[in-house]
Amino acid sequence: MTGAEMIIHALKREGVRALFGYPGGMVIDIFDALYSAGVPFYLTRHEQGAAHAADGFARASGEVGVCLATSGPGATNLVTGLATAYLDSIPVVAITGQVPTSLIGNDAFQEADMLGITRSITKHNFLVKEVDELPRLLKSAFYIARSGRPGPVLIDIPKDIQQATTAMPYPDEVNIRSYKPTVAGHLPQIQKAAARISRAERPVIFAGGGVISSGASAELALLARRMQAPVTTSLMGLGAFPETDPLALKMVGMHGTAYANYAIQEADLLIAIGVRFDDRVTGKVSKFAPKAEIIHIDIDPATIRKNVKVSIPLVGDIRCVLTELNQLVENRNHDPWLQTVAGWKRENPLQYTQNGGISPQAVIRTIAEMTGHQAIIATEVGQNQMWSAQFYDFISPRTWISSGGLGTMGFGFPAAIGAQVAHPGRLVIDIAGDGSIQMNIQELATAALYNLPVKIVILNNRSLGMVRQWQSIFYQRRFSGVCLNRDARCPGECDGRSDSCPLYLPDFVKLAAAYNIPGFRSERPEEVAPILEKAFAHDGPAIVEFRISEEENVFPMVPAGAGLNEMLRGMA
Amino acid sequence: MRHIINLEVENSAGVMARIVGLFSARGYNIESIVAGKTVEECTARITLVVIGDDKIIEQVNKQLNKLIDVIRVTDVTREDFVNRELLLVKIHCPPARRTEASLVGNIFGAKVVDISAKSLTFELTGSESKITAFLQTLRPFGIREVARTGPIAMVRDFNPRSSE
Repeated sequence: MTGAEMIIHALKREGVRALFGYPGGMVIDIFDALYSAGVPFYLTRHEQGAAHAADGFARASGEVGVCLATSGPGATNLVTGLATAYLDSIPVVAITGQVPTSLIGNDAFQEADMLGITRSITKHNFLVKEVDELPRLLKSAFYIARSGRPGPVLIDIPKDIQQATTAMPYPDEVNIRSYKPTVAGHLPQIQKAAARISRAERPVIFAGGGVISSGASAELALLARRMQAPVTTSLMGLGAFPETDPLALKMVGMHGTAYANYAIQEADLLIAIGVRFDDRVTGKVSKFAPKAEIIHIDIDPATIRKNVKVSIPLVGDIRCVLTELNQLVENRNHDPWLQTVAGWKRENPLQYTQNGGISPQAVIRTIAEMTGHQAIIATEVGQNQMWSAQFYDFISPRTWISSGGLGTMGFGFPAAIGAQVAHPGRLVIDIAGDGSIQMNIQELATAALYNLPVKIVILNNRSLGMVRQWQSIFYQRRFSGVCLNRDARCPGECDGRSDSCPLYLPDFVKLAAAYNIPGFRSERPEEVAPILEKAFAHDGPAIVEFRISEEENVFPMVPAGAGLNEMLRGMA
Repeated sequence: MRHIINLEVENSAGVMARIVGLFSARGYNIESIVAGKTVEECTARITLVVIGDDKIIEQVNKQLNKLIDVIRVTDVTREDFVNRELLLVKIHCPPARRTEASLVGNIFGAKVVDISAKSLTFELTGSESKITAFLQTLRPFGIREVARTGPIAMVRDFNPRSSE
């Protein structure tokens, strides 16, 4: 078997249902082996699209996402996608071609040191130097990507290795002596946690992406009900616990709900599960959960005590640990605490003001109602992402596909394509801003040609809204570099929109037409639902553009460096 | 505080870059690195000297453990240990001063490994403070070149309390 054939063989053995990629000189042999191999291949229009699609596939399915690119520029175009997957712990295997081993280090045509470039944004990476090593390293790449704390793995394969033949079989398993993730929790620690839980008076469960990657939603729900503890989630944890549940506090942090933030600040016990206490969650760390002891459950020991002090660390796979813990936790009643929390919920609901035009928050709520909270929602990054996180009410895991850690604009649409490939029968929606969508707009061709019926809902405020929001609040409305319509005739300084502003650009409806897909547009609130109905009913991709005011902002908002209870609730 | 951390690692290409890259990416302070082969062909031993408070050192240990190529991480500073550095030092030494120089060398237990009409080269192993003291003492001769490794270290098996 040649190296190239071994790569395809490995994909089949690993049960890879979809490969996203782009050809080039140093992967021609792999594409040749792919020609009649029967592995579904999706040709994206940019390697970054392939990386995000593999990531979105992985997030939606729980399987390893796989992308393929040539050496040099092909491989460097994967970098943002790998970093996105790395920060959110998503299992992705990236296969890159490399110049022949004899040329490595010579600054050969399309040579880039991908091991060096991706070292800090992958869980691990390999350069294959012997074809006989290839089967084991391919197996290792998949094993490392999906086990322990998942993450992206890059395997860089020189062209001569792809062409050489090997008699080595593809192994059934690999044993990496230096990589043994802890799966089962340490029983004495679990007992300690259970004992602490039984003494809690104002407990809060804080769940993150780890619950979703471990598949532990049912165990989490059981724990919450036994404990009668309210549950908040990080951005990555959306869908881990049904947000329509009376115990749900929805998202915590910078743009979390006021009641989640209050609950964290008043809690006497915080059970943090599969989270890493990102600065967008904690606000100022010294002011975070000041009254709480913290139990921190995570598969990665390095996340524990990285950002916050922890009383009871618990390392292990979350599902295993929660299963054990649930056997020890007794039914509890926290009525006084739950009443306090209910009061905060009543007094501080998520809200927005109607301005006569389309409210982006109302668009999200309409989508949620029309889809019964069951659609797979991908987002771009910025205001569109935060409104989606706040107003959709996610009820099941793997329905929220969003770049949390890296905050990658341009992620949502190609990730939605990947999610749609993973779930052909489900409704997949990318909620976008007019800025983000233009960062990987070329993938319209991919969606159109493969007839992947992703619906793109663009909340068009003609602005880079989140940066504009910061400039509104913290920079005296000095709107620098955030207007997407600004042209040569605009005045040097601009503090907002006027009647003489240039027209919208691009025309997204015409753009849809260019790709032969339907496009809809409105700026009237009463047209939101009918247009969405039409778009959702269409058997193929569609673009929906809702024009909204650039003055719409995301609240609540915890200013950087403030405590969670020091929220801004609206424009002063 | 200053910690000496021993790593047992896969002797693979790029393992050193992974370790150094981790330190620069996360902003940890590294004072020295010494790497060498072990009796096992596919294993190498790396000794790091790292400066940081307890919280940073805990993270350093955990992050090093997370690297796929790292087999074992031991913070020897937490235990009773021996550590040694190796020094090569070339001093300015005309024949007239050789006796004086070798007397200094003898006091520290240094070995002369090269000699010329103008210079003398000593080899010395010892703790960091011994090496530093030796260099201080040689200063009046005029130091022409210094090469010193960072420390390597091993945990002691001998336990003075249990032998009493």
